[in-house]
Amino acid sequence: MPQVLIDHLLMPVLKIGVVVGMVMGVITYLVLAERKILGFIQVRVGPNRVGPWGLLQPIADVAKLLVKEDVIPRRAVKWAFVLGPCLVVAPALVIFAVVPFGPPSTVTGGEQNWFITDINVGLLFVLAFATIGVYGIILGGWASNSKFSLLGGLRSAAQMISYEVPQGFTLVVPLLMAGTMSLNGIVMAQYEQQVWFAFKFLPLGLLAFFIYLVAGIAESNRNPFDLPEAESELVAGFHTEYSGMRFALFFLGEYANMIVISAVAVTLFLGGWLPPFPNVGWLSFLGLGLPPAIAGLFWFTFKLFCFLFVYIWFRGTFPRYRFDQLMELGWKWLIPLAFANVLLTGLVKILL
Amino acid sequence: MEFLVQHGADLLFYVFAVGALAAAVGVITLRNPMYCAISLLVCFLCVAALFLLRHAEFLALVQVFVYGGGIMVLFLFVIMLVNLHRLRESSVFGEYAPMAVVLAVLLVALVLFVFLNYDQQAVAAAPGAFVSVEGQVVGNSEAVAWTLYRDYLLPFEIASVFLLVAMVGAVVLGRKS
Repeated sequence: MPQVLIDHLLMPVLKIGVVVGMVMGVITYLVLAERKILGFIQVRVGPNRVGPWGLLQPIADVAKLLVKEDVIPRRAVKWAFVLGPCLVVAPALVIFAVVPFGPPSTVTGGEQNWFITDINVGLLFVLAFATIGVYGIILGGWASNSKFSLLGGLRSAAQMISYEVPQGFTLVVPLLMAGTMSLNGIVMAQYEQQVWFAFKFLPLGLLAFFIYLVAGIAESNRNPFDLPEAESELVAGFHTEYSGMRFALFFLGEYANMIVISAVAVTLFLGGWLPPFPNVGWLSFLGLGLPPAIAGLFWFTFKLFCFLFVYIWFRGTFPRYRFDQLMELGWKWLIPLAFANVLLTGLVKILL
Repeated sequence: MEFLVQHGADLLFYVFAVGALAAAVGVITLRNPMYCAISLLVCFLCVAALFLLRHAEFLALVQVFVYGGGIMVLFLFVIMLVNLHRLRESSVFGEYAPMAVVLAVLLVALVLFVFLNYDQQAVAAAPGAFVSVEGQVVGNSEAVAWTLYRDYLLPFEIASVFLLVAMVGAVVLGRKS
C-alpha cells in the first residue's frame, strides 16, 4: 500500500473507527451509570438484576430495542420520520473529528497526533454541526403527525434559537484568549499560557464556562431543560411516536451530544488533555510518571467523566424549567451576560 | 483513481451546484411550506459546500451556522406555529409579481455583469493562502477579518446599522399599541 494512502485513508479511517467505537461504548455504560447514580441520589438501588451490579443491563436494553417492532404511523411523512433520528446522531459524532483527545506530535515527539484532524476553523465547525442536530428533533417531531411530537419539535426549535446565540458568543471568549479557532491550537495556547481558560482573567473565563455549561445542557435537551420531551407534559415529546431502534437512535443522539458538549467544554475551558496545574513544580506527579500521551488521555477522560457526572447530578437534583422561564433565562440573562463578557475579555486582553 | 484525484474537486462542484439549483427550484415550486423550508436548508448546505470547495472555510461554516442553524430553525418554528395546512391553490404573492420580475431581471443583470468582468487570473490565484499586511500568510478567517475590519470598515458598520434599524423596526411594528 502506498504511503499516501496509509496517511490519508487508512490511518484516519482507523482513528474514526476507534473514536466512534469508544463513544458508543461510553454511551452504553453511561446509561447504566446514569440509572445507578440517579438511584443513589433517590436512595434506591438502581438496576441490579442483569449481571453483577446490573453490568449487563445495557446489553439487555439494546437487545430489547433491536428486536422490538418498528412502528411508522400511517399518516407520518415517511422519509422525514426515518431521517430524523439519523440527523440527531450523525452531527454529534462528526464533531468528534476535531476534538483533541491527547497531545499533538509536537509535544509528545511521537509519530501520531491524538486527534482525527485539526482544522483552522474548528470552533466554528463545532458550532455549525451542533446546530444541525436540532433538525433531527424538529423533523422527527413534525413528521410523526402527532400533537405531542409537534409540540416537542416546536419547543426544541424555540430552545435552539434562544441558546445558540449565548453559546456562540461565549465561545468567542476562549477564542480571544487563545487567538486561534483550531481546537488543538486552543489547548496548546492553554499549555503555553500555563492556565486553563476557565481560570483566565477571573471571573471572565469562569463566567464564559458557566454560560457554555447552561447553553450546552439546553442544547442537549437534558434536565433541567428537557422541555422537548418533558414526560409529565408531552408524553415523550418529539419521540412519542418512535419505537424500537429509531427511538434508540434518539436516545443515542442525546447521550452522544452530552459527551461531545462535555468534550468541547473540557477542551476549551478546562485545558483538554493538560494535567491540573501544569506550571506548579511540586505537582508534577500529576503527570503520573506516564508518557505524556497516556497521561494526556487519562486527564482528558477524567475531566470528561467529571463533566458527565455533573450532567447526571443535575438531572437528579433540579426541577424542570417552565417554558417561558427558559426563554427568559436565555434571552434576558444569558445573552446580555455573554455580550458583556466578550466585550470585557476583549478590553482586558488589549489592556494587559 | 488517477482521474478521481485530479478531477475530484470539479466533480464535487457539479454535484453540489446541481444540488443547490435543484433545491432552489424546489423552494419556489413545492406547495407544502415545510418542504419549501427544507429545500431552502438543503440549498444553503450545498452553497456552504461550494464555499468549502473554494477554500473559504470560514464562510462555509458561518453559512451553516447562521443560515442553517439560526435562520432556518426560526423559519421552521414559524411555519410549524402558524400554518400546517397546504397553501391554497390561489397565488398568495400574486400582487407582488411585477416587482418580483423587475428584481429578478436586475439580479440576473448584476450576476452577468460580474461574470463577464471578473479577473480570471486573480480568482484562479486566490484560493488557500492569503497574505496579510505584514506579509505573513494567514488563515482564511484572519483574511476575512482583515478585509472586513480594515479595508471595508465603514461599509461594514453601515450595514450593521441597517440591520439594527430593520430589527428595531420589526419590534416596533410587532408591538401591540
